[in-house]
Amino acid sequence: MPTTLELASQLRDQFPDLISAPAEFRGEVTLVVADAERIAEVCGFAKAKLGFDMLLDLSSVDNYGDDPRWTVVYELYGLGSNVHVRLKTNISEEKSELPTVCGVWRTADWHEREIFDMMGIRFAGHPDLRRILMWDGYPYFPLRKDFPLAGKPSVMPESAFSRSAPMDGGPFITSTSIEGATLREPRSRNPEN
Amino acid sequence: MFRVARPTAGRKPMSATVSAPTTTEFGYNSKIEGEVVHTTVDAALNWFRKNSLWPMPMGLACCGIELMAVGASRFDISRFGSEVMRFSPRQSDVMIVAGTVTYKMALAVRRIYEQMTEPKWVIAMGACASTGGMYRSYAVLQGVDQILPVDVYVAGCPPRPEALLDALIKLQGKVGREPFTKEWKKDAAPKKYGSLGMELGERGEVLPS
Repeated sequence: MPTTLELASQLRDQFPDLISAPAEFRGEVTLVVADAERIAEVCGFAKAKLGFDMLLDLSSVDNYGDDPRWTVVYELYGLGSNVHVRLKTNISEEKSELPTVCGVWRTADWHEREIFDMMGIRFAGHPDLRRILMWDGYPYFPLRKDFPLAGKPSVMPESAFSRSAPMDGGPFITSTSIEGATLREPRSRNPEN
Repeated sequence: MFRVARPTAGRKPMSATVSAPTTTEFGYNSKIEGEVVHTTVDAALNWFRKNSLWPMPMGLACCGIELMAVGASRFDISRFGSEVMRFSPRQSDVMIVAGTVTYKMALAVRRIYEQMTEPKWVIAMGACASTGGMYRSYAVLQGVDQILPVDVYVAGCPPRPEALLDALIKLQGKVGREPFTKEWKKDAAPKKYGSLGMELGERGEVLPS
């Protein structure tokens, strides 16, 4: 059976200009895809030729303050080879759009809807790109770093509304490094207060 | 006592003209039926009401599992006359909001409450339904009392089934004291959200307080 690094190298050999050298950390291999526009092509090859027949997860990262702002992470898994490979690709905030991989793995449908709902990254060619957790018409993307934990007020007539939650000095954080059970209790550790 | 003119039983009248009508007691006979209990309409009707509070189970999270335990044999809510969980709001008396109310669910909960017929009561079961609980976040309504008039709050995360039964007993006490015959006389405006200071906008949305 091929090893993780062998399969990762085969993927890189197919797209030598596009994909970085495999980086291994704690037994997990990550590849960075330079051009997000070609992610569907890379994923299609990985599934068809290298046996990555399962998309474990599809998630996004907000590198707030950096450019490019978004990182989209694809966790690929081959049931036959028992190999797990991670693909990462970056998108700028101005663009905020990359091709869908729904045509490769159907499970990507809801993952991409969740990323669209929480982060506001669009997936070109997605069959049904609607919000999946928040309601239609909610004006914000709540997992972005510049969105407050307490939320923002909004009104969607006849379907939903939202308000800011009272933080009361929070968030309340447990510090596991502190000696003593009493002091480890959740406390207000907001630097702004 | 009511008295009704009636031919004497068992004796055939000699003729229509000479039959002497006697009277028969037609009402409560304490020799046969025992003692009389005097009460008020309020107390009697409240007694009927409070011993058959049919719940509308609004199980939205893990508290819903505890609510099911309350209905099952070990804790047995039917000892208090509330075993008839109605999944139709039109047949229920008390909405038990058991669990986290998200903003996405909030107006659906309120609509179901509005579909319940008067008189109706609300139990907020658990920390989430009472205050938002640990979910101090953008997605969770910070207490169902922002959209419903809550009668009893139950602490706990989730509450023990006994705690919900205790809330039910407290609600029964509250129902038993309601002077609702006085409310018949009033031109009672719907008391929906007024006591909470809640106001609704032109399109039915809840305005920020």
